[in-house]
Amino acid sequence: MAKITYVSHSGSHYAIDVADGVSLMEGALQNNVPGIDGDCGGNAACATCHVYVADDWADRTGSRSDQEEAMLDLATDVGPNSRLACQIFASDALDGLVLTMPESQH
Amino acid sequence: MATRPRNSEPIDIASLPPRSRPDLPVFNHDTLSAYLATAPLDEVDIADPIYWTHDAHWTYFKRLRDEDPVHFTDVNVERHRGYWSVTRWADIMAVDTNPHVYSSDAHLGGITLFDMDPDFIMPMFIAMDPPKHDVQRKAVNPIVSGANLAAFESLIRERTQTVLDGLPRDETFDWVDRVSIELTTQMLATLFDFPFADRRKLTYWSDIATADPEIPGNLGREERQNELFNMLMQFTGLWNDRVNDPEPKGDLISMLAHNPATRDMVPMEFMGNLVLLIVGGNDTTRNSITGGLKFLNDNPAEYQKLRDNPALIESMVSETIRYQTPLAHMRRTALEDTILGGKRIHKGDKVVMWYVSGNRDERAVEKPDAFIIDRDRPRQHMAFGFGIHRCVGNRLAELQLKILWEEVMKRFDRIDIVEEPERVPSAFVKGYKSMLVRIPA
Repeated sequence: MAKITYVSHSGSHYAIDVADGVSLMEGALQNNVPGIDGDCGGNAACATCHVYVADDWADRTGSRSDQEEAMLDLATDVGPNSRLACQIFASDALDGLVLTMPESQH
Repeated sequence: MATRPRNSEPIDIASLPPRSRPDLPVFNHDTLSAYLATAPLDEVDIADPIYWTHDAHWTYFKRLRDEDPVHFTDVNVERHRGYWSVTRWADIMAVDTNPHVYSSDAHLGGITLFDMDPDFIMPMFIAMDPPKHDVQRKAVNPIVSGANLAAFESLIRERTQTVLDGLPRDETFDWVDRVSIELTTQMLATLFDFPFADRRKLTYWSDIATADPEIPGNLGREERQNELFNMLMQFTGLWNDRVNDPEPKGDLISMLAHNPATRDMVPMEFMGNLVLLIVGGNDTTRNSITGGLKFLNDNPAEYQKLRDNPALIESMVSETIRYQTPLAHMRRTALEDTILGGKRIHKGDKVVMWYVSGNRDERAVEKPDAFIIDRDRPRQHMAFGFGIHRCVGNRLAELQLKILWEEVMKRFDRIDIVEEPERVPSAFVKGYKSMLVRIPA
């Protein structure tokens, strides 16, 4: 399990326990975290769960898939630490991770 | 009584070009639905507008999902060369997220079941593959930025209030004309910074761009091309006025004229992108506005839920878009031999993703045939498509619909539908030509 903190664009914090193997998009949806919509159900096909991964966590969250890269390329406010939360899965290694959200998702 | 005539006559079947079609004494919703419930799957050409004008396609798609989810149609091949129908959610997702195998290229036929006219190819970014698609799409993407949407909100609300306050009481009128078209066309005029008084031209061009020239009442092939050239000329005037601005203004034409990816477009490509943006911003939202009112009236318990709890408007909007699915399909062309749902797809084959079926797939959506405004996860529908071609304007569409229903519910306890709407005869634009309604005094 991992304690994940989602930070909305306006600055609200939501600290959620996400079970191992569950995507961080799904964890947000199950707990009604605003700003994460997950319209495509976790296929990296809608870019409605765009998040910024806190610096120095990138080695633990892994890297973007080709599909994810293609969707992020067309999203707004994309930075080097942008990811789709549906492509990151909870594990003990991610305990304490902080994700922030772009302005377009609020 | 109707205060204005319907804006078109129902489709005259007898005068359509000859094609294979069920041998029924009369074509209506009931006879066609009954036919599709038992007809051999191979006998049916669901692209025939007859099924769509009578809203009769549903049973056929349910059968395809259950019995032959990736199905090849070779009836009426002289009209469409034959096509694969992809009808389950998961298979549609697989096609939509694989542009390297399933191409959108206009020169291969484009993104609709019927090929783009080979003598009149209009390249547009929805009908392109990466990398050109990506840079052109990015040129217009800022029109729906978060900041822009926030800026549009008060304008949309003010216009919506004016349109609704101008509706007659205790008098029959066409909801499509007075509300659905009026609101979407006003929005589109703003996005293009198009002369506001001429905004109904945008509706007109949108309609002719998607209308099948073979259907009686629609413009013929040459007339259609001439009208689209008229559109191009008028927009070229706007382009020329704006291309030399030191800084681009915020409208779509200025964005296209100033972006390196689009400023050197040839005329047919400018025309194509105009058609894309006009149809995308017009037809879809328009038909969801009409559909929403119809579904509330068809489902009185849901209508009552909304009256009792206007906070449900946001989820009702998503459910309306799923239930309507204003674009019934998108089409791709296979770039190589591949396997889909156990079927061998050959290079060059047409592959049609029926969003209208995926949105009713029992494997992905609970009670998919029910209109439930407070359903769990209403946003998980495929009406906007998935992958790199997903609708650019979805947030704006949702905003327009949300504001409309907020303002409707503040004003009107009931809006009654006087008779069944007249539907667009198209397997692509799933919409309404008119819907007569009455607001009690």
